Parts: sequence; C-alpha cells; structure tokens
Amino acid sequence: MSVSGPVVKIHPVVLASICDSYERRNEGASRVIGTLLGTVDKHSIEVTNCFSVPHNESEDEVAVDMEFAKNMYELHKRVSPTEVIIGWYATGFDITEHSVLIHEYYSREATNPIHLTMDTALQSGKMSIRAYVSAQMGVPGKTVGVMFTPLTVKYVYYDTERIGVDLLQRTRVLPNRTKGLTSDLSQVGCSAARLQDMLTTMLAYIDDVLSGKVAADNSVGRFLMDLVNKVPTISAEDFENMLNSNINDLLMVTYLSNLTQAQIALNEKLVLL
Amino acid sequence: TASRLHAFSGSFPRQWLTDTVVLKIIKHYQEEGQGSEVVQGVLLGLVVEDRLEITNCFPFPQHTEDDADFDEVQYQMEMMRSLRHVNIDHLHVGWYQSTYYGSFVSRALLDSQFSYQHAIEESVVLIYDPIKTAQGSLSLKAYRLTPKLMEICKEKDFTPECLKKANIGFEHMFEEVPIIIKNSHLINALMWDLEDKSTVADKHELLNLSSSNHLEKSLQLLMDRVDDMSQDIVKYNTYSRNMSKQQQQKHQYVQRRTQENTQRQSRGEPPLPEEDISKMFKPPQPPPRMDTLLIAGQVNNYCQNVKEFTSQNLGKLFMAEALQGHN
Repeated sequence: MSVSGPVVKIHPVVLASICDSYERRNEGASRVIGTLLGTVDKHSIEVTNCFSVPHNESEDEVAVDMEFAKNMYELHKRVSPTEVIIGWYATGFDITEHSVLIHEYYSREATNPIHLTMDTALQSGKMSIRAYVSAQMGVPGKTVGVMFTPLTVKYVYYDTERIGVDLLQRTRVLPNRTKGLTSDLSQVGCSAARLQDMLTTMLAYIDDVLSGKVAADNSVGRFLMDLVNKVPTISAEDFENMLNSNINDLLMVTYLSNLTQAQIALNEKLVLL
Repeated sequence: TASRLHAFSGSFPRQWLTDTVVLKIIKHYQEEGQGSEVVQGVLLGLVVEDRLEITNCFPFPQHTEDDADFDEVQYQMEMMRSLRHVNIDHLHVGWYQSTYYGSFVSRALLDSQFSYQHAIEESVVLIYDPIKTAQGSLSLKAYRLTPKLMEICKEKDFTPECLKKANIGFEHMFEEVPIIIKNSHLINALMWDLEDKSTVADKHELLNLSSSNHLEKSLQLLMDRVDDMSQDIVKYNTYSRNMSKQQQQKHQYVQRRTQENTQRQSRGEPPLPEEDISKMFKPPQPPPRMDTLLIAGQVNNYCQNVKEFTSQNLGKLFMAEALQGHN
C-alpha cells in the first residue's frame, strides 16, 4: 500500500475506548462511530482521545447527533485544551457510502480530517486498524467523487502507558482474563524471568549457529557483541565496595522506616491510654 | 469495556477495573499533571452482586484562576448525561486522584471520600502513583474509609476522648481494596494485535538500578511529616500537662473549701456557698486528633513505600552482582 501524507500515531487509550463503545452499542446497530481528538503536527497526527457519538444508520439515510458531538467536544476541551477534532472513527471493515456523508460533516469541523476504521467484528481474522484521508477525484466540474487514501498507522505510548499496557497484556494469557496487581519483589522476579527467557532464546540461537544449523548473521553477531560489552568491567574489589555501600544505604533506610513505624504505633498506643 | 477493575475487601464488594479506565487515568496524568499538582477525575461503573465494577471514567479539569465561575457540578452532570446516551454506565462509584510520592493522606481526601461514601456505600478512591509506575510497575491502589472512621466523621467529633472510645489507630483509617483487572474478549483480541505491532523496547524500566533520587525525595517527605508529627506531639503534651495541672488546682481548691467550711462550722458560721468549680477553672481546649491521625497515616504510608522500594532495589543489586560475578 503506497502511503503518502501524514503518519497517524494512535495511543492505546483510543483503541480501548473504541472497543468499549462497540461493546455497548445499541440493539440493532451494526457499527459505532465517534469523534477523534488529538494534535496535529507537520508530518504526523497524534490521536490521543476519542468519544463515541450516537447515530442511526439505515439503508438510505444516516443521522448523526451533531449537537451531542459538539457538546462532548466542549466538555473535553475544558479538560485538555490542546486537543482538537482531527477526524472520526467507525467500527467495521469497509468504508460505506454513509461514511462519505459523515466524513463531509467532519470536514466542516476540522481541516482534512482522518477517518479511522477498526474491524471489531474481526472479519479478516484480526482486528485491522486503518486510517484514511479523503482526496478529491473525478473530473473537475462534472462528476466529483471522494476517494479515501490510506495512511500509515503507528502506535505510540507514553512511558507510563507502556507499562500500563504491559500489565494489561499479561491478562490475555490467563484463562479467566483477570489479573490482580502485584507489587514488591515479585515484580522484579517477573522481570528477571522475562530477561531469562530472552537470554535462553538467544543462547539457543547461538548454539544453532555454532553447530552450523543456522547461517550466522553478522548484524545479530554485532548486537551480541554490544550486549556482552555492556556489562561494565570493574575490578572485583571496586564492585564489591560499591555493592556493599549501596546495600548498606538500603538497609539503613529500611531500618529507619521500621523504626518510624514502631514510633508512631507507640505514640498511638500512648495517646489512647 | 476494556478490563474492569474489581476491588475486593473481605466482606465488602470486590472491585473490577477495566483497561479503558487504567489507560485513561494514565493518559490524564501524563497530559495534564506535569508538576506536583494532583489530577482528579470521576469513576463510573456499577455494583454487581458483591463486586464493584468500574467501567469508565472521566477527568476533571484543573482549577485555574480564570475559571473562577466554572461550575464543577454542571460539568459532571453534562458529562454523565452525555455518556448515558452512548450506553456507558453513568453511575458514580468513586473518584481517582494522582499522588506525588505517595502523599495523599490529607484532610481534603478524607472529606471528599467521606462525602462519596456517605452517598454511595461502596465507593472507593483510586490512587494512581505515576512516579512509581514510571519505574516499571503500575501502581494503582483503591482505598475506602473504614466504618469506624465513617462514624467519627459523621459525628464530626475529633476530640481525644471520642477517638479513644472508638479505638481508632492510624492503621484503621483506610482499608485497601484489592483490584482485579478483567478484560473482555474483544479487548483481548486488541491486545494480541498490539503485541504484534509493537516493539519489545522499554519493557524493563523495572530493572533500573539507580535509586538514590527517588529514595532521597521519599525520605525528604517523610522527614517533613515526622517534623509535623513531633510538633503535634508537643502540642498534645502541653495540653495534657495543662489538664493535669488544672486537675491539681481544682483538687486543691476543693480541699481548701472543705477545710474552710469545717472551720466555719466549728465556729458556728454559715458555710461559704458552693461555687461553680467548672466555671472557675475552664478546661483547656483539647487539640483535635484528626490531624495527628492523618499525619500518622501518612508517615505509615511513606514508610511502607520506602520499604517496598528498598526491597526491590536489594533484589536488583543482587542480580547485578550475579551478572558481574560471571565476568
């Protein structure tokens, strides 16, 4: 697919909200539409928020509650004044004729709006998320039509979002789709386990290369070299010193906080005497 | 709706949170909350059997000076009405707030949570710690006031005697409600898709070794609170000393009176009239204990956080040692 024009960067919040609205759609509605909010850059459009708009769709006509859309946008603007309407979304696989009409409405709200489709019905076996921008086509002056040209879609995350999404990812492997939030040392353990998994995969690959089963790839070799060099070479004594001082710091802090807790507990008991 | 957060606390409703909620809260903080201000918002959901399901949320705008006539209630009403049109649960079940290094135990929070819990019994406050999350683990905790504390707040009586009667310590103020994230199948599919398309980068913030900055700030806040606490203790001590001095004075006065009366009786004179003792010795004002409780709770919270952090770091240090050992 040849893509030209701005890159569309989507935050996972938007996708989750769209799925959410799709699950809550009215009886009989086959798809949901809504407004996309975000910021526009020179070469990219960042979609950071969205809200769904009630609409009715039948064979020959489509009605969108524009009053509602305007209202919601006002409310959202109060919270994040930097977000503007940058387009709209629809669930479903194809672009229908109604989409053209809706797109026209949105062109009035924003310059060059983008149209995002998300296949929540999983028609093609996966949830394909695509973005389009409209372009004029046809013979000027006579029959003019609108063509939707696709754009590249990228997912971007804030750091904290990444970590949140990480946790959510873990729920998908559990049978009943639930997960409690863990804390403390067990999380370090989880990260270490993941690291270990990755190392095992790499070791298996290296073994294969050494025994000649797989052809050696130079770039991979270079990465491996970088990796091994990343472990800093410090003399054992220096490292021992650093480690010990760090551990001492941490132990002292733990001791102090335990002391403080004991202190306030004591104080409490004394007051209640 | 993406995952639902379910919170569970003993006999109280569990809480199920959804993905959308988690992501929205994170995003809200990221965009609006740079700096040390807190961001707040409302949680929507419903109560199902013994669970509290939180299915959506919307943020509150920041208070700015030029928004003096901004009507919060109206904003809330509008938002909920609009959300109802798109079939989103519009029942108010709680609120969320971001926190700076774990310092959220304050009078304001107590008051807000009390008014929420008074209106809706199962409501909770979700505390989101963005700094801890940035370090690698999502930090979302749900709290509610214990029934004992609710009673006290209702009475608005914060004197020491009342608190003693109710036997409230700082660990009985808030109870934490465990949270479970539940996903719907559609969101599951979305997650698989995202996993495909995204890179593996940045998943290991948690294994970062540098700790001193975070530790410093936490300890600084802890010290401030402990200072506050010691001031409070001094106040309380002076109060109890005054009280006991006054008791002694009263005692002495009564003794003198009875002595004089017996003397007068022996001389045949009418006894002196009994004067109202309480009017003469006005009891000193007992200091309100609620602030102390809050400070104690806050100090406890800081200590917990610090301990968690140090235990994690110890683990990481040992891992680094193992790595070095192989060199």
